[in-house]
Amino acid sequence: MKDKMVIDQVNQDNSSSVETDLKSPSVSRRGLLKGAAKAGVAAGAISGFPMIWAQNIKNITLRQFGTGVSNLNAIADKCKEDLGFNLQLTSLDSDSVTQRAVTQPNSYDIADIEYWICKKVFPSGVMQPLDTSKLKNFSKISPLFINGKLAPDSTIAQGTAPHTVGFVESKDSKRFATEQTNWMTLIPTIYNADTLGIRPDLVGRPITTWADIMDPAFKGKTSILNIPSIGIMDAAMICEAMGEIKYADKGNMTREEIDKTIEILIAAKQQGQFRAFWKSFDESVNLMASGEVVIQSMWSPAVAAVRGRGIQCAYQPLKEGYRAWGGGLGLASHLSGLELEAAYEYIDWYLSGWVGAYLNRQGYYSAAPSTSKDYMTPDEWGFWIEGKPAQGAILGPDGNLMEKAGAVRDGGSYWDRMGAVSCWNSVMDENKYMVRKWNEFIVS
Amino acid sequence: MMLSRQIHSYWQALPLTLILLGFLVFPICVILVVSFWDYNEYSLIPDFILENYEFLLTSKVTLKAYLQTFKYAFLSWLFTFLIGFTLAYFLAFHVRSQKTQTVLFLLCTVPFFTSNIIRMISWIPLLGRNGLVNSSLQSSGLIDQPLDWLLYSDFAIVLAYIHLYTMFMVVPIFNSMMRIDRNLVEAALDAGAAPWQILKDIIVPLSKSGIMVGSIFVFTLVMGDFITVKIMGGGIKANVATLIYNEISLLQYPAAAAGAIVLLITVLMMLMILFRLVDVRKEL
Repeated sequence: MKDKMVIDQVNQDNSSSVETDLKSPSVSRRGLLKGAAKAGVAAGAISGFPMIWAQNIKNITLRQFGTGVSNLNAIADKCKEDLGFNLQLTSLDSDSVTQRAVTQPNSYDIADIEYWICKKVFPSGVMQPLDTSKLKNFSKISPLFINGKLAPDSTIAQGTAPHTVGFVESKDSKRFATEQTNWMTLIPTIYNADTLGIRPDLVGRPITTWADIMDPAFKGKTSILNIPSIGIMDAAMICEAMGEIKYADKGNMTREEIDKTIEILIAAKQQGQFRAFWKSFDESVNLMASGEVVIQSMWSPAVAAVRGRGIQCAYQPLKEGYRAWGGGLGLASHLSGLELEAAYEYIDWYLSGWVGAYLNRQGYYSAAPSTSKDYMTPDEWGFWIEGKPAQGAILGPDGNLMEKAGAVRDGGSYWDRMGAVSCWNSVMDENKYMVRKWNEFIVS
Repeated sequence: MMLSRQIHSYWQALPLTLILLGFLVFPICVILVVSFWDYNEYSLIPDFILENYEFLLTSKVTLKAYLQTFKYAFLSWLFTFLIGFTLAYFLAFHVRSQKTQTVLFLLCTVPFFTSNIIRMISWIPLLGRNGLVNSSLQSSGLIDQPLDWLLYSDFAIVLAYIHLYTMFMVVPIFNSMMRIDRNLVEAALDAGAAPWQILKDIIVPLSKSGIMVGSIFVFTLVMGDFITVKIMGGGIKANVATLIYNEISLLQYPAAAAGAIVLLITVLMMLMILFRLVDVRKEL
C-alpha cells in the first residue's frame, strides 16, 4: 500500500475502565496532506465506487468501536485503499462496548455492536437508524436478519433474534418494529453459532451434549464465561441439557427460571466443578492452551488460536444445538453531512464481499453470503461454508496455515450450523434481576 | 498578630484544599448522590430511592464478599508484616555499612520497575496445573497429582498480594527503625537484655509508627483491589471491589455507587480504629 494509513487499534482488557482517545489532530492532518499529495493514486483506487465527494474524502476519519471480533486493522487498510478515507478502530469487550455506546455517544461515529447490545443501547437515543434504500447491497443480506428465517421453513430460535431488534418504525423512532421497515438499527455484518470448546486429547471420551460440562469426571477442569448476558445462555443450555429445567424461552427467563439456573450453577461451583471463569478472548485461549480446563464455553477464533499453537482443540457440535450471536454496524446520532454519506458508503462496501470473505476465513459468517463467495476460492468456500473436506491447505486471512488438506470444519456446513441454532444471545426483561443473581453465583 | 498568622496559614493551605475539594470531595459527593438514583439497562434515573442500599445491606452476597475481603486483608497484612518487619530489621540492624544498606534497599525495589499486572501474571505459568511448581514437584516424586489449589484460589490471591505489597511494609518500618537511637540497643545489651527482649521492648515499640503506616497501606490497598482477585482468582473468587466492578461493567452505576459508599465507610471505620492505636502524626 502506498498510502500509509492512520489506524490505531487499542486492545483493551476489560479491567481498564480508562478509555484512550485515539484521535490525534496532528496525525489526521498528516494523513490529509499525504492523501492530497497522492490524490491521483487514490482516485484510481476508488474509481469503482460512485463518489460525488471524492475531493473532500481525505478529510474524513470515521471512528469505529466495537468488540475485538471484527475490529480488524486489515479491514481499515482495505477501506482506505478502496474508499479513500480513514477508519480508526477501538476494540473493547462487550460490557465496555455497551457502556461506552451509551455513556460516550460522541466518542464514536460507527458502533460495531451485537444485536443484544443494540437492544439495550438503541432505545437510549444515542444512535440513528439507517435508510436501507441507500444501500445497494441491502438485498444481498441473509433473510436471517430480515425475517429470522434461514430457509423459508426454518423455525425462529429463542432469544434476541437479530430481526426482532433489526428495524425501527421510522427515522426518529426508538421503538423496534415487528416487521421489516425501511429503517434498520444495525446493518448486519457478522454472526456465528457458538458451542463448547474441548481438548479432544484430554477429555478422553466423546462429548455430545452441553450437559457434559457438568460431568464429575471433569471436576475442576471446566470453565464458563463471565459475561452475564451470554453466560446465562450457556448456563441455560447446560441446565436444559441436564434435564433439570425446561425453559419457556431461554432468551427471556422468568424469575423462577433464573433462580433455578443460578442454584444449579452455585451448587456446581461449590463442588469445585469450575476451574475459572473467563471474560476476555485471551483468557479463554490461555485456559485451554495451558490445560487448566478441558471443556469450556468458547468462541470460534479462540479455538483457532489454540490450534494455532499446535494444541488439539475442537469446537464441538452438540445435540442440543448452538447459541448464536450476530453483530452489525450502526450509526451514532451525531453523524451528519459528508461523514454520514461516508458512513453509508463504508457500510455498503462492508457488505460488498471483501470483508465478508475475510470474516468467513476466520470462521465467522458474512451477513451477505452471496457477495463474499466471489472473493473466496472454491476450496475456501467449500471448507468454510459448505462443510466439505479441504482440497488443499486452508489459510487464515493473515496467510497462516489454519487447516491441512482433508480437514472438515467442526459442525459442518453453514446450513448445518446456523440451522441448528437453539438460542440467540439476548437481554431479558428480568435483566436487572438476572445480573444480581449472576453476581451471587460469582461471589458464592 | 496571632490572627494574621492564622490567615497566612489558611492562604497557604488553600491550593491543596481546592484540589482536594475538586478532585476528592466533589466526586465522592457525586457518588453519594448517584447511589440513591434508580436505573434501568441503559440509563440512570435521578430519584431518591433506598433500594440500592436495601438490596446491598440485606443480601447475603454482600456479607460473603465482605468476609472474603476481610480474610484477604487480614492474611495479606499478617504475612506482609512478618516478612516486611524481618526484612527491615535485617536491613536496619544487621547490615552495617550504609552503602550496602542503600544497595540492598534498592534491590528490594527492583521488581517494582515493572507493572503490577505483569508481576501478577508472571505467577500464572508458575502455579498452573502444568506449571513449573507442579511439574517439578511431580518429577521429584513428592506428589502424583498436580496441586489444583496453587492457582485460581485464595492461596494464589494472598500470595500475589504479599508479593505486590510487602514493599509498602518494608519502607515505613525501615524508615522508623533507622531513627531508633543505637545507644538504646547498646544500653539494653549492657544491662543484660536478651535479644528477644530488645526486640520486644525497644525495637517493636519504637517502630510502631512505621508498622502502622505500612499496615494502613496494605490494608487499604487490599480492601479496594479487584484486579488481583480477578486474575489470580481466575474469576471464580470475588471480593467487595469485584462486586462493584461487575456492577459498573453492567451499567448499574447506582448499585455500584452504593457499594462504593458502604466500602468507603467500612474502610474509614477501620482506619479510625487503627489511628486510635497510634498517633501517627506525633510519631513521624
